[in-house]
Formats: sequence, structure tokens, C-alpha cells
Amino acid sequence: MGFIWLGIAAFSLLFAAANGSIDQVSNAVFEGAQAAVELCISIAGPLCLWSALMEVMNESGLSLLLSRLLSPFLRFIFPHSFADRECAEALSSNFSANLLGLGNAATPAGLRAAKRMASLPGCENELSRLVVMNSASLQLIPATVAAIRGSLGSAESFDILPCVWLTSVCALAVGLISARIMEGRGH
Amino acid sequence: MSALFIPLLLIAVAAYGSYKKLDTFSLMIKGAKSGLEIAKGILPSLVVLLTAVYMLRASGAAEAAARFLSPLFEKLGIPPDCAPLMLLRPVSGSGALAIGAEIMERMGPDSYAGRCAAVMLGSTETTFYVIALYFGSLGIKKTRHAVPAALLADLTGFIIAALSVRLILGHG
Repeated sequence: MGFIWLGIAAFSLLFAAANGSIDQVSNAVFEGAQAAVELCISIAGPLCLWSALMEVMNESGLSLLLSRLLSPFLRFIFPHSFADRECAEALSSNFSANLLGLGNAATPAGLRAAKRMASLPGCENELSRLVVMNSASLQLIPATVAAIRGSLGSAESFDILPCVWLTSVCALAVGLISARIMEGRGH
Repeated sequence: MSALFIPLLLIAVAAYGSYKKLDTFSLMIKGAKSGLEIAKGILPSLVVLLTAVYMLRASGAAEAAARFLSPLFEKLGIPPDCAPLMLLRPVSGSGALAIGAEIMERMGPDSYAGRCAAVMLGSTETTFYVIALYFGSLGIKKTRHAVPAALLADLTGFIIAALSVRLILGHG
């Protein structure tokens, strides 16, 4: 990441020198730093509220209910490992925490499921599927993005929801299908 | 309907929590605290990254790149302003957030490019981070097909993001 940062900054300066916009770039240094703090403060409120809501959903069992509804899907994607009780439990909580955007809860559960899968025989492909699934976004409510839109004066910061859902589902489907196709060649 | 959705969701969840005899208020405070942790956690990297992003914007390079890339992106139906976001998205979560926020600010949150950036951010993950985390924690060096499959998912996400904003929200 350090190189990317250096690359962007150095390239900007060189480009500015060629473009005659050095003054703007030099002003932009602190504008950027200030904008970051302003952005962070203005999204902190909505972010806290969503996290509060998700905490209640998680603790009240609503999220487990959600994952139970979706367990046929999980069983379909992970036929071997879902038969293992411990693994199924970890997969369900990973999935439901992902749906709620609770990264702090999703990651430990996902790693637990991954560890269990690695110890079960013949689950290498399902382990890859788990990683692909977690590298796609399953979040139902993109709270951070909506908060940024709201802070920038969007008329309706959640009007992107149907697009986000459609896009997430398509991306996840392509990820899992292409993993499935490549599994065949790996053996 | 959408105006009612969020307040109703809040109330329904709180009501369900109370019905389950939970201390809903304390739970909400605990949750809000974790939200604050998220905001606090992204602040330092956002400061460092937005500085570079603002420099890039002020230099005029971002616009030049968008002009240069626009024929290719027009074929894919993606606004060229989103190109830097797409490059950074799989590598750095906070970097993508910084660039995405800058696109939304510059183009407007309700513009075509601004909405595309928002949908891209909301429907993809930091692919390489996730892969490194999972395989790294298991000590597995061979990631096999996870990287190409996950990147294909990302690319699909970017294309569908632009397509869905055009079709569902009626842009361009």
C-alpha cells in the first residue's frame, strides 16, 4: 500500500508540474486531510445507529432466523462441510453476520468454519468457496456508503439499495460458478 | 414506501428485542460503540489516503485518465470516473472508500458516476485482504482458484453496478 500511496502522490506532483497546477496540488494536501476528518465525523452518527440496530438483530436471534431461512443455500454450496454440525454452525453465523454487515462477528465465525473445513477430509473446494463467498459482499444494508451519500446531501441515500442487492447477488453467483468451473480443472 | 422503510425497520427490530426480553437499550449502546470504533478505525487511513486522492484530483490527472479511458469504459457501460475506484477496490478497503467518497463529492452523490461508485463500494469487498486473511490464518500457501474466481466476481460487480444504476435508477 505504501508504494501505491507514493505512486499516487508523486504522480500527482509530476502531472501538476507539467500541467501548471502545482498551487492547487499544494493546497489539496491539507484539504484532503481536513476532508477526511469531516467525512469521518459526518458518517460516524449514522454508522453508530446502524451498528446499534444490527447488535439488537444479532442478539435477539433475528439474524439466526435469517440464516436458518438461508440454510438450504448454504447446504447447496457446502454439501460436505454443512453436514458437520460444528462447521454448519460457524457457516451460519458467518453468513448472517455478513448479511448484517457485522465484520467483527463475521470474520471470527468465518475463520472458525475455514479451520474446521481444513480439518475435514475432501473439503478443499468448499474452503475455496467459503473464501470466495467472503470476498464478495453479502451486506444487506451498506451503512457506510449510505452515510457518506447522506453527508454529501443525497436526496435519498438508500435509493441505491436495489442496485446493491442485485449487484451483490450477481457478483457472488459469478464468483461461486467460476470457482466451481475451475475446481474441475484443478484435479 | 422507502421513506417508511428505515424508521419501521428500526422500530420493528427494537420491538422484537423487547419481545425477546432483551435489554434493548444497552444492546443499542454497545452496538453504537462498535460503530464509533469503525469510524475511529478508518479515520487515520482516511486522512493519509484522502490527502493523496485530493492531490491527484487537483493535479488534473484523474480527469485526464478518465478522458483517456472513456472509450473502453463506454463499451462496458461504466462511468470512466470510477476507474481508480475499481483498481483500488480489491486491494485496499479504506483506499477505495476514500476514492469513492471523492467521486461522490466531485460528481454529486445523486449523479450517475456518484451512484455507480456507491453501488460498487456497497456490493464488493476487499478481495485480496479476505483471501490473505483466510489462507494466511490456516497457513495455506496455495490459494488455488480463489483469486481468479474472486476477481471475476469483482469485475462482474463493477459491470452490474453500472448497469443496475442505469436500469433501476434511470440514468443515461
